[in-house]
Amino acid sequence: MTMFEAILLTIITASTPLLIAAVGQLVVERSGVLNLGMEGMMIMGAACGFAVAILTGNSAIGIVAAIIAGMAMSLIFAALTLGLAANQVASGLALSIFGLGLSGVIGAPFVGAKRDAMPRLDLPVLSDLPIIGKALFGQDPYVYASFALTFGVWWFLFRTRPGLVLRACGESHASAHALGYPVLKIRLLAILFGGGCAGLAGSYLSLVYTPFWSPGMTAGRGWIALAIVVFASWLPWRAMAGAYLFGGITILQLHAQGAGVRIPSQLMAALPYLVTIIALVIIMSRRTGQQTAPASLGTPFVPDR
Amino acid sequence: MTVPPPLVSAQGIVKRFGSLLANDHVSLTVAEGETHALLGENGAGKSTFVKILYGLLQPSEGTLSWRGEEVRLRSPAEARRLGIGMVFQHFSLFDALTVAENVALALDGAEPVPSVARRLAEVSRAYGLPLEPAREVWRLSVGERQRIEIVRCLMQNPKLLILDEPTSVLTPQETEGLFGTLARIKAEGCAILYISHKLEEVRRLCETATILRHGKVVETCDPRAVSAGMLAQMMVGVGIPPTRHDPLEQAGPVRLDVRSLSAPSPDAHGTSLKSISLDVRAGEVLGVAGVAGNGQDELFALLSGEMPAASAETVIIDGVPVGRAGINARRKLGGAFVPEERLGHAAAPRFRLSENALASGHATNGFVRAGFVDRGAALSWVDRVTKAFDVRKGPRDPEAKALSGGNLQKFVVGREILRKPRLLIVAQPTWGVDAGAAALIRQALVDLARGGAAVLVISQDLDELFEISDRMAVIFHGRLSPAQDARGLARESVGLLMGGAGFAPDAAEAA
Repeated sequence: MTMFEAILLTIITASTPLLIAAVGQLVVERSGVLNLGMEGMMIMGAACGFAVAILTGNSAIGIVAAIIAGMAMSLIFAALTLGLAANQVASGLALSIFGLGLSGVIGAPFVGAKRDAMPRLDLPVLSDLPIIGKALFGQDPYVYASFALTFGVWWFLFRTRPGLVLRACGESHASAHALGYPVLKIRLLAILFGGGCAGLAGSYLSLVYTPFWSPGMTAGRGWIALAIVVFASWLPWRAMAGAYLFGGITILQLHAQGAGVRIPSQLMAALPYLVTIIALVIIMSRRTGQQTAPASLGTPFVPDR
Repeated sequence: MTVPPPLVSAQGIVKRFGSLLANDHVSLTVAEGETHALLGENGAGKSTFVKILYGLLQPSEGTLSWRGEEVRLRSPAEARRLGIGMVFQHFSLFDALTVAENVALALDGAEPVPSVARRLAEVSRAYGLPLEPAREVWRLSVGERQRIEIVRCLMQNPKLLILDEPTSVLTPQETEGLFGTLARIKAEGCAILYISHKLEEVRRLCETATILRHGKVVETCDPRAVSAGMLAQMMVGVGIPPTRHDPLEQAGPVRLDVRSLSAPSPDAHGTSLKSISLDVRAGEVLGVAGVAGNGQDELFALLSGEMPAASAETVIIDGVPVGRAGINARRKLGGAFVPEERLGHAAAPRFRLSENALASGHATNGFVRAGFVDRGAALSWVDRVTKAFDVRKGPRDPEAKALSGGNLQKFVVGREILRKPRLLIVAQPTWGVDAGAAALIRQALVDLARGGAAVLVISQDLDELFEISDRMAVIFHGRLSPAQDARGLARESVGLLMGGAGFAPDAAEAA
């Protein structure tokens, strides 16, 4: 494997969890809900996925457990923000902190346990392509799933009627309600989908990326996923671009450090965040006329009396 | 021969919200093909009743029948299946979505958007209501938005069309267009339930009127057979005295001078102001008419100082250039400002009235001494406003959100008027306020002007402007027409200006 292939491979591996989490969050925000609990849901996915995989010896069951864990966390958020119309920002932050703590408890017995990383799934013929073949078509199932997920979400949001209804809820929950759509139910489903994606993304970290459990191993990726959604102006394909931009720079700066580039390592480590912010500013300043954020984002819906 | 059952019949509808009785045994029948008016003041329970009829709310008591059969409408979808369509007062549209997507959302069944777009184009052509399916709603005018609501009802072949105050946002010419459309819909045999508090419209359009007051039906009559004054009296309960408005003898010096004020809109969906010039003299009321969204919000923000102008010389109060100055500097020069939105802009909902008094009067009213708030002074100010403007409230100093719309409006207007400003700028002074409170506020504005202040009123209510203005100007797409003497000014010519006739075409639109 050449150096180039290796770098491309690691970039994809670094970007995939961000993409999965961001696409899930994108659906949630399109329905008008801002769930800042990504970090908490992701790390719960990582902890539960790893624990169950160890206990059962089966990665697939671990993945399912991770998705369920993420959904269960998001259900707490939904109960607070939809059921009680609590403040979404506060509830989301609480969920993040709660998730970090609880995952430590769940993961404690499994510190030091090890599993083999999930085998890669080589697509025949395509994976034999020179240079890009191994990197693009010799990946683990998550990578293919993340591409399918992005396409699926795009297709759902912009080509199907339920997707149109979901976007309508995010635009104006009052209007959607006036037309007779069950706003709270639609938002609940969106939140659960986002939670499931976050759990799945978390399990990637503990089952593939670094196949062991360590507390706090999401290391802020949930927050990055949130930023990517804004960066992508709530469009799935741009979310993919954002995830890969961030993942790419993360890996490249590591290699640059390894190659002995004489820039302080702290600055290099900050580079992905810096580039994300700059890209965000450029996108925002270029935006003319049309709005991008769902208009009802973050406002609780209370059915009118 | 038996008499056919009415199209829709409501019997003894009661709707309670906690201790509030919004509908108190309301009974109403609409015959097939009938145009029926539902009249009443704000808060009389009209909107509650039609929401029940459209399946949005469930009645606490009472029954609905459709063509003689009792029905229970659990959702708007069920109402639509029967053939009930509704055009909302505050439109139920999605700004970021296209016209076709908006229509598709209101159609039941899984018709794909492209096919909806085709059908939409046909229906809108057939009824002479032109609409472009692929345009996003935020690009459209208010009249066009209402068209979407009407067309999407028509696409479901309704038997009963409910319109909730449809003309409150339209220019007189757009209103004529709407009446033409309604006449066509009626000719096709569709019944119409028309909600309004505009009596002349109702007398022109409807065969039957049901009048609601405090949630109860007080009268059902033929509106063509009784005078508008009688209808008004039934609606309000007592006669409302007209505003005393003597002709202006001699206007004083110019208090507010605006010269070629231009400003880009801070908001992507807002309107940019283009070279606005006006002056308001002591003793007069200048009215600014216009359909919502033509730059009124931006004009108010620039005049009050919420948004600084590009140069100081564009806004001059009493000879002092203040275009770059903040709101307090303008208040210290004798300015007072009442924005359109009473809850959230003019008053902080969770603040007590005394705290709200402090918020707008801290620089001028002596509420602050040596850096400390004098709560007693603020509280006695609240008492003065309460007394002078008949603000009805339970406790002495409640939170702003606890007041009804009319009473809060009296408070926020009174709060500024009692300061005896030399210049008052007020937007939509009686928006959504009951007739009694509106009359009181209008009289106070005229009296303030006659007492020597300059008063600028920005309003979408033409009747109101004709009642209180000495001169009137029209704002359209961020430009202001020259002010004309309000006496002898024809409604039609104001209406034409509101629709943009007489303004030079926009560079942006020509492009």
